[in-house]
Amino acid sequence: MDLDYQSVVAFSKSWGLFYLIALSIGVLVYTFWPKNKKGFDQAKKSILDKDDKPWN
Amino acid sequence: MVAGLSRGDRQVALAISILIALCGLALAAVGRGDPIGTHGFIILLYALGVSFFVIAGYYAPEPDISRLLRYYDDPTKVGIVLAMAWAVFGLTFGVWVAALLAWPDLTFDAGWASFGRIRPVHTTSVIFGFGGNALIATSFHVLQRTSRARLPEQISPWFVLLGYNLFCIIAVSGYFIGVTQSKEYAEPEWYADIFLVVVWVVYFLIYIRTLQRRKEPHIYVANWYYMAFILVVAVLHIVNNLAVPVSFGHAKSYSLFSGVQDAMTQWWYGHNAVAFFLTAGFLGMMYYYLPKRAGRPIFSYRLSIISFWGITFMYMWAGSHHLHYTALPQWVQTLGMTFSIVLLVPSWASAGNALATLNGAWHKVRDDATLRFMMVAAVFYGLSTFEGSFMAIRAVNSLSHYTDWTVGHVHAGALGWVAMISFGSIYALVPWMWKRERMYSSKLIEWHFWLALAGTVVYVFAMWNSGIIQGLMWRTYNESGTLAYSFVDSLVAMHPYYIARTFGGLLFLIGAILGSYNIWMTIRQPGTALASQGEADEPHLAPQPALQAGE
Repeated sequence: MDLDYQSVVAFSKSWGLFYLIALSIGVLVYTFWPKNKKGFDQAKKSILDKDDKPWN
Repeated sequence: MVAGLSRGDRQVALAISILIALCGLALAAVGRGDPIGTHGFIILLYALGVSFFVIAGYYAPEPDISRLLRYYDDPTKVGIVLAMAWAVFGLTFGVWVAALLAWPDLTFDAGWASFGRIRPVHTTSVIFGFGGNALIATSFHVLQRTSRARLPEQISPWFVLLGYNLFCIIAVSGYFIGVTQSKEYAEPEWYADIFLVVVWVVYFLIYIRTLQRRKEPHIYVANWYYMAFILVVAVLHIVNNLAVPVSFGHAKSYSLFSGVQDAMTQWWYGHNAVAFFLTAGFLGMMYYYLPKRAGRPIFSYRLSIISFWGITFMYMWAGSHHLHYTALPQWVQTLGMTFSIVLLVPSWASAGNALATLNGAWHKVRDDATLRFMMVAAVFYGLSTFEGSFMAIRAVNSLSHYTDWTVGHVHAGALGWVAMISFGSIYALVPWMWKRERMYSSKLIEWHFWLALAGTVVYVFAMWNSGIIQGLMWRTYNESGTLAYSFVDSLVAMHPYYIARTFGGLLFLIGAILGSYNIWMTIRQPGTALASQGEADEPHLAPQPALQAGE
């Protein structure tokens, strides 16, 4: 296959679309996966700790 | 600062400074008679200055081993001071360059003071000098706190901070003597670009190495934004600056791209510089300092993740909206326009998330100017991302492009969002870093806030008016089908708005000067009882009683 303008355009117009859709699905699944909720809740509260020392 | 380094660290610091000084000397030697030689001397002087500083503290007693049980904040402190210094310098040039449009004689017949030279001095100083230092300083702070781990060692953060500032100095001094590769926001020439790549790779490695040492299982969302900022800026910077120098002794280089490819590469870079330098990094700041200051967790953590990936992947495609109605293929323009519109979703998700976090803490926003800085930043973020999506539409762009509307849009983002969130974060951070109970004067923060807000509003409204008038005058035809106004006619119409924008910028500058004074006095005031308390976190969450303007 020649790497000319037309083929680059065809590639980006098809696969570009598919990979962005796949990525969005991946992100949504990760975000709403029930098991992840606990970790997220903990992460958002954890920064409010008054402790200002590294954990060792 | 040198006292905080171990003996071995001091030796490494000295070795690196001398190595850079030698590079400067070599550049000065091969670049005789070319601006690159001047830059060689600047590098030499800078590196010698740093090495003298290290030598002066070389025989200080070694620091206590217990320092390893604390976070390493010295680079953050220096970064904050440098950020404020660049802010005052860059905003001063901003006011000057704005005044130049209203009163062209203000160049005083000096070549270095012409518009084409001091405009990039202004943009580089505020974006890279102020914004970059604020990002580096806060990122080291946020990274350690959210990872619950100290930075891996003590030399690389200094290399990043001081090396980055050397880059900024080379960039800005180059414009005065006429060095530029004429790419907006990527003006510095090849040697400065190569040096920045080294600095930037070290910066990213610090991030990765600290995250590897983290004790907190989850990587907090602010770090994702900071990492996207570092990683993507590296990619953009390398690709857009691919160029071949005339010789190793010449500052001038030729880009690898030409024609419409060059334009597309430049605006892919340019728009993503806005997206990842001026947005992602500062969103990282917002996602940490705003909840921290408000004392409330972020409204929706899930929303912050979705908006992160939305922003990261969609911004990449938006750059072509800078090239509507050009030789760029129509479908690429449409692609850029479409992604720009879809981008409104993750952008408003972030802005809404920030404002919803404050829901229930509005009394704090009222009483505490620091938090109010952050709140207003989120509002301006929402406004300017909406405006940006709107202006990316081809038909709207036909009116707005090449006019002052664009300038107004950029400043709504840069003053209203970037600078406001930075000032808010710095005001939250300074007492924390220097272990003071509070800032030297909360009244001055209040003054700074209202000056900054008034300045931004005056500036943006002036440019909206001016831009739309300009755009309409340029597209008005008379009965015979020729243009109704000459370019000079539109220039005359701009004059009052240029004066107004200079005034708005001046208000903003005065605010930044007050802020710098306030920060300086906070650093200088003697440590309070807090210093002895040791590791207490942020002592000032209950702010001073209300200090309303006009009271």
